[in-house]
Amino acid sequence: MDYSQFLFMREELSLLAVILIIFLADLFMSKEPKEGEAAKGSKIGLVACVLLGIHTLCNLVPCCGMEREVTAFGGMYVHTAMMTIVKSILNVGTLVVFLMANGWLGREENRVKQGEFYLITLFTVLGMYFMISSGHFLMFFIGLELASVPLAALVAFDKWRYESAEAGAKFILLALFSSALLLYGVSLIYGITGTLYFTELGAMLIGLNENLLLAVLGLTLFIAGMGFKISLVPFHLWTADTYEGAPTVVTGYLSVVSKGSAAFVLMTVLMKVFADTTLASQWNIGLFWLIVASITIANIFAIQQKNLKRFMAFSAISQAGYLVLAVMGGTAQGMTALVYYLLVYMVADLGVFAILNVVEQHSGRIRMDDYDGLYETNPKLAFLMTLCLFSLAGIPPFAGMFSKFFVFMAAFNAGYQWLVLIALVNTVISLYYYLLIVKAMYINKSENPVPAFKSDGYTKVALVICVAGVVLAGIIGVGYNYIDTFAYGME
Amino acid sequence: MNFLSIFVAVPLLMLLGLWLVKDQKGIRAVMVAGSTVLLIAAAVLTVMFLKERAVNDAEMLFTASFDWIKPLHIKYSVGVDGISVAMLLLSAVIVFTGTFVSWDMNKEYFLWFTLLSAGVFGFFISIDMFTMFMFYEVALIPMYLLIGVWGTGKKEYAAMKLTLMLMGGSAFLMCGIFGIFYGAGGLTMNIVDIANQTNGAHAIPVQVQHIWFPLTFAGFGVLGALFPFHTWSPDGHASAPTAVSMLHAGVLMKLGGYGCFRIAMYLMPQGAQDLGWIFLILTGISVVYGAFSACVQTDLKYINAYSSVSHCGLVLFGILMVNQVAATGAVIQMLSHGLTTALFFALIGMIYGRTHTRDIREMSGLMRIMPFLAVCYVIAGLANLGLPGFSGFVAEMTIFVGAFEHADTFHRFLTIAGCTSIVITAVYILRLVGKVLYGTATNEHHLHLTDARWEERFAVICLIFCIAALGCAPLWVSDMIGTGVAPIVDHINTFVTNASFNPFMK
Repeated sequence: MDYSQFLFMREELSLLAVILIIFLADLFMSKEPKEGEAAKGSKIGLVACVLLGIHTLCNLVPCCGMEREVTAFGGMYVHTAMMTIVKSILNVGTLVVFLMANGWLGREENRVKQGEFYLITLFTVLGMYFMISSGHFLMFFIGLELASVPLAALVAFDKWRYESAEAGAKFILLALFSSALLLYGVSLIYGITGTLYFTELGAMLIGLNENLLLAVLGLTLFIAGMGFKISLVPFHLWTADTYEGAPTVVTGYLSVVSKGSAAFVLMTVLMKVFADTTLASQWNIGLFWLIVASITIANIFAIQQKNLKRFMAFSAISQAGYLVLAVMGGTAQGMTALVYYLLVYMVADLGVFAILNVVEQHSGRIRMDDYDGLYETNPKLAFLMTLCLFSLAGIPPFAGMFSKFFVFMAAFNAGYQWLVLIALVNTVISLYYYLLIVKAMYINKSENPVPAFKSDGYTKVALVICVAGVVLAGIIGVGYNYIDTFAYGME
Repeated sequence: MNFLSIFVAVPLLMLLGLWLVKDQKGIRAVMVAGSTVLLIAAAVLTVMFLKERAVNDAEMLFTASFDWIKPLHIKYSVGVDGISVAMLLLSAVIVFTGTFVSWDMNKEYFLWFTLLSAGVFGFFISIDMFTMFMFYEVALIPMYLLIGVWGTGKKEYAAMKLTLMLMGGSAFLMCGIFGIFYGAGGLTMNIVDIANQTNGAHAIPVQVQHIWFPLTFAGFGVLGALFPFHTWSPDGHASAPTAVSMLHAGVLMKLGGYGCFRIAMYLMPQGAQDLGWIFLILTGISVVYGAFSACVQTDLKYINAYSSVSHCGLVLFGILMVNQVAATGAVIQMLSHGLTTALFFALIGMIYGRTHTRDIREMSGLMRIMPFLAVCYVIAGLANLGLPGFSGFVAEMTIFVGAFEHADTFHRFLTIAGCTSIVITAVYILRLVGKVLYGTATNEHHLHLTDARWEERFAVICLIFCIAALGCAPLWVSDMIGTGVAPIVDHINTFVTNASFNPFMK
């Protein structure tokens, strides 16, 4: 066996090293509290943030021979330069989540299990890495499971809270259900072709005649399974409850990192495996209706939400619709738009969650009317929240408008003009509910507003990263230009 | 950097300055300094433009272009023609006077106000569709907070309605931009390139134009208060704080007309020729309906807001006539309406700040109590109804003369219907003046009110000066505008109307 193949997996290896170091560090740093004594916090959070930061910087952009497509282990592992970019985006997102988690993990209930949070989260990231770089359905499935099963533990992390445990149970059940659907779809595909390698599948699925129906069925089940992960309507039913029950930090992680990686993988697999013209037209039709349903229904539900975490859940579903809009047609332009959208959505959404989290940690309040008059007491937070919400709604000069513009442009170019029009009309609806929060903070008066407080240093760093992204990622066009150099589409 | 970018750079510097200063004096200093620089820059630009225009007959002058998002052919391109210079001048005047009118406002107010003006200036200097669209939206969103936080009356409702309707318009617009971009070959976003089919652009197929022209025109038309998308305008203007009403009615609504002309009609000429009649009917309704609605209102701001609908309708009416005279008149109408409405809203704000009511039934005899404001109000009213010597007369006259050049019944009928709005305007303006300003004061609370302060007088006098100047010496402005209008109108007129689309032309 050629051991140099491992060198192609340097991102995975580097992350694995980070995980092992944190594991050992946690072992030595945390002390078991003595009988009758309160648990003490450890500095493991700092270690995790620094290590992940180093890992992120080391693997930030494709270099040193990783600019081209490489295949290892007989096609099980495939890597393209674009995947490095996506993994970098996931890294940054996870880093921001780690930074904002510090205050929450410092609570007395959580002190004893600080290290576990970082470990579990990084394991899911590792799973996403393998899922992204997989060249074989088995590899893909292992990555997917590694990325979703530990998430249930994260969702139920606040086990002293009834809702958190309930959300964890809901999440694991539906995640398994969707995995089963996906596996069934894959098994049908295997039944037709007798292989699970993406490249071979792509070649063998071209020009099917007698087994076309079976292939379409497999494709449908595959999309349904992925739809659960990305939480597209009608596979979104777990989202609101899970997001509401999970700790706010984990909700942020779920709504950005986990969802974003799944959307990217959906695109690459569809492009590679189901590249046949007939099949491509099938999945384009399927995605068309999924997108219309996701955007519209999620928007209508979001308007009525009073709990901000639930609200963000529906907002995330509708944003997922926009994300998948870039998949339509499977073009190189779409891929750039998707990755760029992911980046911009991540900073804006995590910015909102960082603020929700810090307010919740300081006052325990999460409802929309709790934010009435926030501007009076915490003007800076209200201002940053406004920037992030504007970005989510797609208001220039913030990055959100650029990313939406590019996604719509890609879908328009792929020939889905009316879909773009529907999506655009929906951005107006989404603007309405984002403005409701702005209205609560700036215009509504409250007798009992969230009291003024100072955020901790970690949250500040997280907010700086997010707001810098929101303000700069759009205006400085370099990001899009750079990502575009690595994009590839279907032939 | 091209020097046109000053118009965006100065507001950005003002934002920075506002962020740094601490007290009210500092805020005022930053605002006055910044808006004066903008005004001077606009004046200098006008002189430079006229000089350059005499020797250079390129369509856009002072152009510059920087690559921005290369894979999608998006550039930051700037350039001006006669129309945009006139609009920049108007915006500079309104921002300058608006600063004085909102003398006592706080820092956040001015932050959003300045962001809004950055968007407006950026819109008028850009000749790249993406840049233009971005600045367009930058100018829209601050309105939400400006009205929602600092407004009066049903401000939350009005702010939300205004924002959503305008953003709805811009959603159609974005689709229209994609339609134009990909219809023309997807190689350039530059407006002039697409129109002249240079740099890889080809003619947009006719059926594509027929789909995207109505959407683009309606998208901009929402901001231009096109019937039936005008309903945000009365509520929004009535609830907005004074300077915001000024800026919004004075400048922002012009973005609509400007965009309709420069993007929708110029880039999709065949669409404009074939389907323009639909919008011509709608603007005809706007003109007459707005004037009639103004007659029955009792709130000063509502009266003026409906009057704006009627006068902005004339702008679109003029450009849809697609001839040199009417389109020039439409652009002069943009200037004229911008100045008069700004003056009107400034005065209404000042009166409201004193009487705390805008209901004309509760006010009378203000001429004795606040003579300066009352006299200025009369002047504004007369300018608005198109008295010769003021800008309104020049503008409306030119539009209707141009419109009358069309000899067919369809255009004649609409022109005559549009002309009636002049009479109706006279009705509501004179009724208002007679009721509110003359007569004896019946409300004793109003007897002890004071007249305008120095900064208010200064703002009002500036505006009246501009209106009178435009009315007395319109030639240099209309010549300058004419040079900008000519290439666009000529370009559209090289395409022949397909009369079968218009049931009224058969």
